[in-house]
Amino acid sequence: MAAGVAAWLPFARAAAIGWMPVANLPMPVAPTTKNKRQDELIILNVSGRRFQTWRNTLDRYPDTLLGSSEKEFFFNEETREYFFDRDPDLFRSILNFYRTGKLHYPRYECISAYDEEMAFFGIIPEIISDCCYEEYKDRKRENMERLMDDLEDNKDSKLPNMTFRETMWRAFENPHTSTMALVFYYVTGFFIAISVITNVVETVPCGSMPNQRDIPCGERYTEAFFCMDTACVMIFTVEYLMRLFAAPSRYRFMRSVMSIIDVVAILPYYIGLVMTNNEDVSGAFVTLRVFRVFRIFKFSRHSQGLRILGYTLKSCASELGFLLFSLTMAIIIFATVMFYAEKGSSSSKFTSIPASFWYTIVTMTTLGYGDMVPKTIAGKVFGSICSLSGVLVIALPVPVIVSNFSRIYHQNQRADKRRAQKVQKARLARMRISKCGSSSGFLHSKRNGLNQSLELTIPYYKMKLSPQGSMEGDQQLKKPTSVLESQHHHLLHCLEKTTNHEFMDDRLYEQGYLRTSLQNFPSQSPSLSSEEGITGTCCSRRAKKNMQPLNATHSHTHNLQELSALHIQCGEQQPLKTSRSSLNLMSDESGSLNCKSSGLVTTAIISIPTPPSNNSRASPDAPPPPTPEAPPFLNPGSDVVKISAL
Amino acid sequence: MSSRRRRCKRQLIKFTQHIARLISGTLKSDNEDEELESTTERYQPENLEQLQSQTHFSRQELQLLYRGFKNECPSGVVNEDTFKNIYALFFPMGDSAKYAYFLFNAFDKDQNGSLSFEELVCDLSVLLRGTTQEKLNWAFNLYDIDKDGHITKEEMFDILKSIYDLMGKSIHPRLKEEKMDINQDGVVTIDEFIDSCQKDENIMQSLKIFDNAV
Repeated sequence: MAAGVAAWLPFARAAAIGWMPVANLPMPVAPTTKNKRQDELIILNVSGRRFQTWRNTLDRYPDTLLGSSEKEFFFNEETREYFFDRDPDLFRSILNFYRTGKLHYPRYECISAYDEEMAFFGIIPEIISDCCYEEYKDRKRENMERLMDDLEDNKDSKLPNMTFRETMWRAFENPHTSTMALVFYYVTGFFIAISVITNVVETVPCGSMPNQRDIPCGERYTEAFFCMDTACVMIFTVEYLMRLFAAPSRYRFMRSVMSIIDVVAILPYYIGLVMTNNEDVSGAFVTLRVFRVFRIFKFSRHSQGLRILGYTLKSCASELGFLLFSLTMAIIIFATVMFYAEKGSSSSKFTSIPASFWYTIVTMTTLGYGDMVPKTIAGKVFGSICSLSGVLVIALPVPVIVSNFSRIYHQNQRADKRRAQKVQKARLARMRISKCGSSSGFLHSKRNGLNQSLELTIPYYKMKLSPQGSMEGDQQLKKPTSVLESQHHHLLHCLEKTTNHEFMDDRLYEQGYLRTSLQNFPSQSPSLSSEEGITGTCCSRRAKKNMQPLNATHSHTHNLQELSALHIQCGEQQPLKTSRSSLNLMSDESGSLNCKSSGLVTTAIISIPTPPSNNSRASPDAPPPPTPEAPPFLNPGSDVVKISAL
Repeated sequence: MSSRRRRCKRQLIKFTQHIARLISGTLKSDNEDEELESTTERYQPENLEQLQSQTHFSRQELQLLYRGFKNECPSGVVNEDTFKNIYALFFPMGDSAKYAYFLFNAFDKDQNGSLSFEELVCDLSVLLRGTTQEKLNWAFNLYDIDKDGHITKEEMFDILKSIYDLMGKSIHPRLKEEKMDINQDGVVTIDEFIDSCQKDENIMQSLKIFDNAV
């Protein structure tokens, strides 16, 4: 029930006394309010700013955080107040919701921050009151569009396992992806231009026979024009068929506007071929040729401006409709008035009301051809009123259309800017930096033997590792690890112990790889290849995992060599294929574990060949990676190392 | 008659002003002061001690009631529409307009079209903390729509219909008036009403159930 209505409940219940004398049945027992305590003030400390309110106020909405017992989790015993480490400015709106029952959305706040606060406090944003609802919805829509744009950017990335059909479709949709697509794009554009120019030139009178009037070029050089037309139509047909073949959903493609334009552009030619030189229908056939001009709309695939224009018109459909409607009304009114005003004058051109329509339209749009002019005084007066009102009626919807166009245009500009490569790179770099901090820290600390304090026994090979790592790790040795870091490392360490696997540095793998020169088993990235469909996440390029065989590193002991032997043995059972596509980008930067340069910090998991616990475990679910890591596709019998990017 | 003439004159003046403004081209910026008749009443209740003496409520209870009331009606008075809206929230299934109207009239002792806090709280104290006699008195006042001291059959029927409308279904209420009308003169006076109610045990019991409503 709404907040304030709770205040009226005593009145409503008291008024129920009025029902008693006429009641047919005895009344139920009233609920007793147990330990009815006096209303007390509670203090809500939000990041230092103290808000105070009655407890009853908060209890009005029991399914939110503040209204339920969930707030007890935030109770601070010493200060006897509820402490929330959130934004105090946004908290104002939330508390006002409890007080007044209306949720308001402040205009200057970021929409996603607001949504997060609402989600935290358990309030559904849909109950925003009417005064702020429009603004909220607009901002939310803008945000959605921005997110959609981001998602669309990732569609350009080439998925390795695309079929030929998908590749073709991608080539058609984004011409800049491959050279073939670009060539195709320009060729079709060229032919569209040729076709349009041909259509135009066909009707130009070029040269005259001495005994005849000028004949248009089309009739003089019939074969040449026919050949041109045929060539163009063949190219268009081939293009249309190829698009039809490549479209992921053929039915939807056939219904789309562009395909209809394509069809309309090439159909007249075929109809002309089919039809004989029958005189009756050739008249109709000639009018069909006017549809050839639709070929010019095929340019909209090539021109972004044309697309924006079309999109604007589509989105301003209601304003255009309003314009049309008001114009029609005004035309009818003024045509009627002019007709009756001019009825008296002789030799008036205003023969009927529909005849006056032409005058009204020409006057209202301020064209003023002058083929119809009023002659009576009344006609002139009404004619002047007509032209004045015409200006107004046409000027009214135009700003709406203009503002719509401007909004769409700027959106497009923004999208283009975001698509620019360096923005993408900078953002990806930021994400990589934030993600690889933790894993590199862990490996550092391991190599430097800092984890020794967390372990009871130091494994044999770690001793071997530490002298190698201590070179560059000296400076890290001095760096104090924060409590958070040490706890995180402890956690990863526990995971290692649990799964009986170890994190390893891929750099050492590379060295070992070169040194031992084992056969390079191509590795498979199982999960990611299936996951590559969901490249919508922000880390699409980052999280390319691949499996590498455990090629023993030189520093490892016999157990690992044993392992590698085991691997060779069961290697045939596992045909794996490489997909080091993105790692290839970084392979030249192998070496330092510097996050900024290698973009992919890969850590590997070695399976320690202890027979009982020989489970090739999946990668750890360390906090950073959002995408799920490798699935346990490996059968327990194999020991395959997974290099996973953390 | 003179008021009509005054109104006519006022409208004529307004019209000429309008024409003059149109011709001279002034913008419509000075129009608002004419139309701004103060529609905002503000009402302050009597102070707390007085209310305490007039009603059976304690100081804290009065504070609580007033805080809730002022939150809902910042101007200090409730008018009929607000009352109807509130009741519509309490009884969303049915049509509460009629019942709210009757209730409003019952609360509004001085019939000035708006309820002040004192009226509400005095009636509330009667209903929740008053004697049975006072409660029945109030109920009689509620049923007597035209406040003439008699409850006729039509009035009873109207009241019952409005109560049953709160349920949302159109049920035909069963009249109990015949039982109450002792001297069978077609109307029920207050004494007949109180007598017949006091004889009915059910009614006596049920009058007590809301005693702890605040």
